[in-house]
Parts: sequence; C-alpha cells; structure tokens
Amino acid sequence: MSDFLGIVGISIGVSLAASAIAAAISLPLGSALAVFSFPGRRLLVVLANAFFGLPPVVVGLILYLALSRSGPLGFLELLFTPAAMVIAQAILAIPIMTALVHRASERAWGRYGDELICDGASRAQAIPQILLIIRADLLTAILAGFGRTVSEVGAVILVGGNIRGLTRTMTTVIALQTSQGELSLALALGTVLIGISISISATVFALAGSARTAGSDEA
Amino acid sequence: MIKIRIALALAATLAATQSAPAAAQSVVLASTTSVEASGLLTKILPEFTAKSGITVHVVAQGTGKALDTARRGDADILLVHDPEAEQQFIDQGHGRTRRQIAWNDFIIVGASTDPAHVRGGHDSVAALKAIAAARAPFVSRGDNSGTHATELRLWKIAGKIPDTLYKEKWYRDIGGGMGQALNAASALDAYTLTDRGTWLSFNNKGSLVVAVEGDPRLINRYDVIELDPQKHAGAKLGLAKIFADWLVSPQGQQAIGAYQVNGERLFNPSADAPR
Repeated sequence: MSDFLGIVGISIGVSLAASAIAAAISLPLGSALAVFSFPGRRLLVVLANAFFGLPPVVVGLILYLALSRSGPLGFLELLFTPAAMVIAQAILAIPIMTALVHRASERAWGRYGDELICDGASRAQAIPQILLIIRADLLTAILAGFGRTVSEVGAVILVGGNIRGLTRTMTTVIALQTSQGELSLALALGTVLIGISISISATVFALAGSARTAGSDEA
Repeated sequence: MIKIRIALALAATLAATQSAPAAAQSVVLASTTSVEASGLLTKILPEFTAKSGITVHVVAQGTGKALDTARRGDADILLVHDPEAEQQFIDQGHGRTRRQIAWNDFIIVGASTDPAHVRGGHDSVAALKAIAAARAPFVSRGDNSGTHATELRLWKIAGKIPDTLYKEKWYRDIGGGMGQALNAASALDAYTLTDRGTWLSFNNKGSLVVAVEGDPRLINRYDVIELDPQKHAGAKLGLAKIFADWLVSPQGQQAIGAYQVNGERLFNPSADAPR
C-alpha cells in the first residue's frame, strides 16, 4: 500500500514538474506566435499542431540515446532518474500547450490587439496582457498537457527504467504487473489512472465551458 | 482545485526527499526480466540494502538489452543468463569478472490439450520438432533475451533455421518479456519456452501446463558480471563489487535459496558449485 501511494506520488510529481516546465516555455511561446509575425512562424504553428501526436516511444528513444553515458548529454548522469522522465514528458506536453495557447492568443489578439497597441504597449508588452485575457484557456492548455504526461508509458519506461521506488510510475507498474500475470492488480491500478484522467478531462471541460461563457460576456 | 494542487505538490516533494538520500549510495543493476518478474530481487534486495546501506536500482530488460545498456555505460553491474552473449561481452573488454550465482531450468509449457503430443517428455529438441510438425502455435520471445537465445539454439539443433521461423503461421514472435510471452501463450493456447522462476510466480496461466522438463540442455545459469574499469571508469564499480560479493557470499546465497513461491524454490544457489 505504501508502495502504491509512493507510485502515485512519483507519477503525479513527475507529471506536475513536467507540466510546469512545459507551461513556462509554452505560454510565452504560444502567445508570441500569435502576436509577432516573423519568417517561419507558420511553420512553427504547423509543427506544434503536428506534434500533438508525437509518438512517446520515439521521444523516449531519442532522449535515451542523448542521456546515455555514451551519448552527448551523458555527463549530466540523468538516465534512469525522475529528472529524465520530467524532460521526456515536458517534450511531449510542449507542442500541445503551445498549440492551444496559440489558438486562444490568436483570437484574443484579433479582438484586442489594436487596442493594446494604441495604448502604447509594444508587442512584447502585449503578451502578458493577452495571457491575462485568455487565462481560462491557459488552465485548459496546462491540464491537457498534464493529462498527456500522466497517462504516457512509452517514453518514461525507456528513460526512467521502471526502477522501484525511484522511477516506477502508475503506467510502468501496470506494464510490470501485466507482465507478471497479475491482471486484476494491473486492472485496479488502471482504474485509478483512468479515474485521474477522467477528473482532469472533466476539469478541462468545465473550464473550457466557463471560458466560452466569459468570452461571450466580454464581447 | 488549488488545495488539491498543493497536496499533490507536497506528495511529490515527499517522494523526492525520500529517494534523495538513497541516490548517494546506489548502483544501477541491469538485469534479465526473470529475476525481477519472478519476485526474486524484490525479496533479496532489502536484505542487502539493510546490511550495506546501498540501494540497488533494478532496470529489468532482456539479457541482450541489459548487456547493451552496460556497453553504453548506463549500468554499474549486470545480472544475466546467456553464457554465449556474456562471453562475447567479456571478450569485447566490457566485463571483468563473471560469477555464477544461481541456476534453475527452462521448461516448455503449453495448453493442456497438447496438440503436438509432447507432454511428459524430457527431450526439448524432439518436442520442438513435434510442435513444428503439428504446426501447433508456439510463442517466441523474439527480444534477444537469454531465453530467446536458448530457444533459437534449440531450434537450430532441431534442424530449423531460426531466421526463417517467423514466416511460419504457427510461430508467433512477440518481441516481449517473459511475462508477455506467457500472457500470449495463455491467450493463444500456444507452447512457449520459459524459465521456471517466472513460470512458478506467474499468475495468469490459464490452461497452460508444464509440457517438457528435465532436459540437460535446459539448464539456466544466472551470472553476475562486474564491468571492466578501463572501459567503464564512470560506473560505480566499488559499490557494484560489494553487491556482487554479497550475491555469492553465504548470506546472499542463503537469501536466494530461501525464496519460494507456493512452497517451491525458484532459484538454486550455485556460487560454490557452478553448474
């Protein structure tokens, strides 16, 4: 049981950390993609949307090779640690968050951009304003990213190694229990994971609903 | 919502601080899946950690992958079971010492309906020939593991070319661990080669029963391999040696021999008298 709580803790801790890092990058990036126009912007937007479905196992493999002691980032000694899992999950979450933030920012920029510029703000200064206007969408984006990270197994099992008490997460322990023929235990753990996923989706859905209402009020 | 987040953040911090002190005194063990899936390591590692203060982080992979992980420098010590691949690893200069810690045996399991009529036999090669002749479903690990290597050697003795077997409809190369192979065999009513340890502790046998056992060719040896300091200066070789020494010590051997599932011993300690 203490094992179980530890595993849930590691899962959620790693995914929260990954979501926080991804948000720190994606919020300004997604908004900047809407506010600034520069060569290659469209390509970045297309890439962010395309990488919604970035295959976790490929991200895991590339990161594994990079973090391996014989790889270019081996000196960091991060392979088979929670930090490696955080990096992998952040990479998976960044395109999702960036694309969602970009979409909301584009709408807000179209509606309020001229006003903000007229008030004397530079485009860079407008970004925090835009993020403030779309704050409900930001939560949606962050939770969508978190949902992606917490439910993923392909990348974390490669770079984390499913080490008991260190890098064993809910998804990797389900894979392990299944491999031991403990199907009912695996299913019970799966139910908990689905419960968490549903709670997150429900929260995202509710927030999206209230964001739409708020948006129409302001218009 | 905010309260939940704070609680989660606290839980994460707690988890992080719990594992932090262990990180100072720890080794990464790349092992075959059977010693993990059978529950052996979960049973004996706490004894070692209590005595030495060293935490062993187990990355359970097939033997081929485990050797490869060590080759890249991503493990500090190895626990594997493929003598030929191990010798190659040592010849390449990656491994320094290899010591046998335990043995058990491989068995062929299959559905109780026994379509190839091999049940009760003691000749693994004859059994494989019969399975191929009957075109009875057979699940192969297909993952370059020690068990997979053994299976392919047996097929070769049986006169089959391992590289062409996957083209046969009755031969299912699943590319997975021992447990996955047993799950597949259980679902497909197929035969498969398994180590006895994983089999005894496996909990989803379905209609699978032991079909062939007791062939001298089916001996399964587990070796601990320490890495070569010249090629793997970055590995924690000192701590790894303490662990390897413990595995072959009377205390470690006793812990291995004491591990039982349903009253059956899974691994026979053999440091003093290697098989």
